[in-house]
Amino acid sequence: MQNRINTLFETKKRDILSVYFTAGFPRLNDTAEIIQELEKNGVGLIEIGIPFSDPTADGPTIQRSSETALKNGMNVKLLFGQLKNIRETVKIPLIMMGYINPVLQFGVEDFCKKCHEVGIDGLILPDLPLEEFESHYKEIFQRNNLHNILLITPQTSEARIRQIDEASGGFIYMVSSAATTGAGKKVEDFHRDYFERIQQMNLKNPRLIGFGISDRATFANACHYASGAIIGSAFIKALQTGAMLKDSIQEFVKSIRDTE
Amino acid sequence: MKYDVNEKGYYGEFGGAWIPEMMYTNIDELRRDYLEIIKSEAFQKEFDQLLKDYVGRPSPLYFASRLSEHYGTKIFLKREDLNHTGSHKLNNTVGQILLAERLGKTRIIAETGAGQHGVATATVCALRGVKCVVYMGALDVSRQAPNVKKMKMLGAEVIPVHSGNKTLKDATNEAMRDWINNPEDTHYIIGSVVGPHPYPDMVARFQSVISREMRIQLLEKTGSEFPTRVLACVGGGSNAAGAFYHYLDEDLVELIGVEAAGKGVETKETAATLRVGTPGVLHASRTMLMQNEDGQITEPYSISAGLDYPGIGPLHSHLFTTGRAKYLASTDEEVLEAALLLTRKEGIIPALESAHALAALDKIQMKPDDVNVVNLSGSGNKDMETYLDYFGY
Repeated sequence: MQNRINTLFETKKRDILSVYFTAGFPRLNDTAEIIQELEKNGVGLIEIGIPFSDPTADGPTIQRSSETALKNGMNVKLLFGQLKNIRETVKIPLIMMGYINPVLQFGVEDFCKKCHEVGIDGLILPDLPLEEFESHYKEIFQRNNLHNILLITPQTSEARIRQIDEASGGFIYMVSSAATTGAGKKVEDFHRDYFERIQQMNLKNPRLIGFGISDRATFANACHYASGAIIGSAFIKALQTGAMLKDSIQEFVKSIRDTE
Repeated sequence: MKYDVNEKGYYGEFGGAWIPEMMYTNIDELRRDYLEIIKSEAFQKEFDQLLKDYVGRPSPLYFASRLSEHYGTKIFLKREDLNHTGSHKLNNTVGQILLAERLGKTRIIAETGAGQHGVATATVCALRGVKCVVYMGALDVSRQAPNVKKMKMLGAEVIPVHSGNKTLKDATNEAMRDWINNPEDTHYIIGSVVGPHPYPDMVARFQSVISREMRIQLLEKTGSEFPTRVLACVGGGSNAAGAFYHYLDEDLVELIGVEAAGKGVETKETAATLRVGTPGVLHASRTMLMQNEDGQITEPYSISAGLDYPGIGPLHSHLFTTGRAKYLASTDEEVLEAALLLTRKEGIIPALESAHALAALDKIQMKPDDVNVVNLSGSGNKDMETYLDYFGY
């Protein structure tokens, strides 16, 4: 069975907007509506964040949204329940993003099976290192048609990037700077060399750039060097305004790029 | 050695380096170079010299005669409280600052709970003229005020952390984020045998001077390098790792770690990870953790800020599951009474952390000829307010 992530990158080579949100935020049961509205507004790919008590690779905005989500009562089991019928309405690729411990406690095998059942296409688990993945979980992921999305940073060596490219199936998540999410530094200021260096490596996987993408300018710049970009913290902030989800999502996507 | 970390960074099923890719380059550099650096003759020479002249080692092994009489056995105290800065923490920070220099790092970050590791880090940074940032939970900042002032006087920037329970776990999260944001110039001096490989092994090696000296001192005082048992408190577990290290392969020496039971292991207000925890991944290590069934880390509680951590070093998880070491837990109340007992019997006011190990003396069977060594990991100077509140002086 073709994975929706591959279909996306085969049909759309540029300006892919990928949006991250924390499941259970701002309210416990907003998950399905957020996904549906994002798709309606032309978002190419969605990352559904599983909140964790100790998100060490995230900045303050996502930390706070995770805290709220957990207080709202979000957990992995509940999330799968909310996503049970999501494929009846949503066609674009869906990725789950989170830390490894809640996945380990759910059971990696069961977790992947559930992902497959509800129609998840890939996982981003920043604290599941490549080595652990390959020796323990690769086969489980494959059996459930899930891509393991791996990260690279400006500090990642060329040899390591080649290794990650070899091990990747969907796309490579390019961390724009070695920074926790939402640090908000302008990408174009000091990452041109890094972006160009990676561009010239002719990797077999497409790339999306994430971290520090927050508006039209940073998005457009990132798209210049990759198939698209990932926005997280800026979207979480947009959800905090208290307006109707439908309206704030439409307004947010419009602020990032023109509708197609 | 049977209990050594393997090449992948595991002690049995515990440990590893569950790091996000953003930390890979730094951790990989450490993993490749740390053994070669710390085993080199030049490093050893400089390290030993500083331990002797600056830290004040060897720390005495003191025969506590009145405490021994009280318990009807022989009790020795390994006086880590007499080290410069008042705890065992300096052994590790001296080692790591020398390592950081060799790695070309110019900025140091650290997490701290009770503030002992923060002070020890700020101290070596002052000693070597390096910039120092210490993350400390906001609750700990208020309950360990004297140490905060010391760090500031030493020139460190102390950043209060307001997330979570505002204690050690949250300070560690924030230090990890700092390292992710500053990968080029910064070295993270972790204060305990926790975190990704190679930290648990590296910190244990720097702290192993404790049991290296014990063997020499015991031989001198008792005619044998081997005591009946060694007791040490365990939060992350660095002083215990140091006190156990050179006895791990000596099966006749009983090793006892003592966790913080808080208000009791059966209550929710506890930090006794091995009693109430299950395996999971926190701070880049697979180890025993306090967590709920959804894998969210639960908040620990202890009267002692230095033991208030929901995890434990992977070495201890391994020693616990294999049965090589035994782990007990002391409640807040038992700890305060044990601290008073030592004070009145020996004229030594122990740190709250160390008093957990002392309180365990009431929980074990000891014969008159047994040789018990308690690792007195720190001084009670920082805890005077807590003691005064409780005893009402």
